[in-house]
Amino acid sequence: MNVVTPLRPHTADHDVPAVSIRGLSRRFGDGPRILDRLDLDIREGEFVALLGRSGSGKSTLLRTLAGLDPVTEGSVSRPKDVSVVFQESRLLPWKRVWKNIVLGQPDATREHALRVLEEVGLSHRLDAWPLTLSGGESQRAALARALVREPLFLMLDEPFAALDALTRLRMQTLVSDLWQRHRSAVLLVTHDVDEALLLADRAVVLEEGRISLDLPISLPRPRRHADPQFERLRGTLLRALGVHDN
Amino acid sequence: MSGATLHTQHQPLLRSDSAETDATLPRPNPTRFSLPRWLPSLSRYLSPLIALLTWQAACSFGLLSTRLVASPLQIAHTGWSLLQDGSLMTNLEVSLLRAASGLSLALLAGTILALISGLSKLGEDIVDAPLQILRTLPVLALVPLFILWFGIGEAPKILLVALGSTFPVYLNLHKGIRSIDPKLLEMARTLRLSRLQTIRDVILPGALPDLLVGIRFAVGISWLMLVVAEQVNADNGIGHMMMDAQDFLRTDIIFVGLAVYGLFGLVSDQFVRFLEHRALIWQPAQRQGGRT
Repeated sequence: MNVVTPLRPHTADHDVPAVSIRGLSRRFGDGPRILDRLDLDIREGEFVALLGRSGSGKSTLLRTLAGLDPVTEGSVSRPKDVSVVFQESRLLPWKRVWKNIVLGQPDATREHALRVLEEVGLSHRLDAWPLTLSGGESQRAALARALVREPLFLMLDEPFAALDALTRLRMQTLVSDLWQRHRSAVLLVTHDVDEALLLADRAVVLEEGRISLDLPISLPRPRRHADPQFERLRGTLLRALGVHDN
Repeated sequence: MSGATLHTQHQPLLRSDSAETDATLPRPNPTRFSLPRWLPSLSRYLSPLIALLTWQAACSFGLLSTRLVASPLQIAHTGWSLLQDGSLMTNLEVSLLRAASGLSLALLAGTILALISGLSKLGEDIVDAPLQILRTLPVLALVPLFILWFGIGEAPKILLVALGSTFPVYLNLHKGIRSIDPKLLEMARTLRLSRLQTIRDVILPGALPDLLVGIRFAVGISWLMLVVAEQVNADNGIGHMMMDAQDFLRTDIIFVGLAVYGLFGLVSDQFVRFLEHRALIWQPAQRQGGRT
């Protein structure tokens, strides 16, 4: 049923797209198209932020890429090794943190879990029960679970939306560091324009199932809000999202 | 009555003691009469104790006919001698074995049926309707049929226990499986867990709290079934011991049997609670030891 075709595993060539979407359409029943003949490429190691208002088709696109929704019209190719981090950590509450991280990885040991937990700064909660973690810690654990699979393509579905502002800033730095180290292709679905500008190589705005803006962000990293270029891009993105600040 | 008043008097004392020291509040006078901490819990048992003493007194002074109601002392004495000559233990073992076998069967059948109907729409269509119909049937009405079908050996007794306690296991586990967070199931798919892994690591542990509630009900029902099964046709077991005693007007033995059944119920319920506490250790409420 699912026609997400795996791409060849690993090539050094950076022009080869890790993810390639062609003419992807999706509709539920006789309703309007949620996705409308969408084309999108994500290069290897590229960080793409996907923005859009509620109902613009962001979630449907991500679910299709994650293999949760079938491809009925068009084609999608992506690496076989992908990981998803959702807005909620979705840890199994009845398994200790490290068991959650190696879930479905028969070869992974406690040592593997420890190593990725160290990367996200959560090694001290290796044996904790998930329900005792704070919101930020849960998302760190979810990130660790994604990383242990060494994905070539990482999907982040508004992963920081439920966190408080300070924790969110810390998590954004963490994701930025992790991405610099692992260099997997990343698709970050977010509502937060600043988040997109801080992290992504490219911001894509989705509107009524089509890409209305594809904006390269070539600011040097680490990025600063005070940068006038940052301000200009911010204005562009906000206008594309229908927010006009004078 | 007096137990209740002792209890309420004690509460405010405890509270002002444990509260953070507040300078404006008068410190409790250390010389004032206060009950030791364990006494309120003991006072709960005061009224049953008084009832027991009254019962004994009524029997001793001839207000109650000991032919109809044995005195507590007599019951204790009979219980002791039944223990001594080994007949109580033999009957107890037989009854326990029946209950345990029946419960194990119920657990197995209930779990399999709940998995079939909980995991697929087709399974639910096939399994759920007949079980819901059967459930409304008073299982005890099947006793004559069971005797005709399975004779008067162990089989009808064990099957009666099994049949009665399958329903709570099935119903609760089915509900548990159906109410698992679909987001966790989605996660399992993105982690590419196999169907079997998903059942083992996501579905069954997620439905475990409900399953344990079902088991608690099942244990209660199993005693109920056992009482009837052993009193209708049996040549051993606690129920048989009581029916035998009826023929000889031995109310003391009947009361010993009642006490044993009561104890069974209490101990098995505690055991399931202990299991709950161990198996649901991941729930914050369980770690604080609070949940009832």
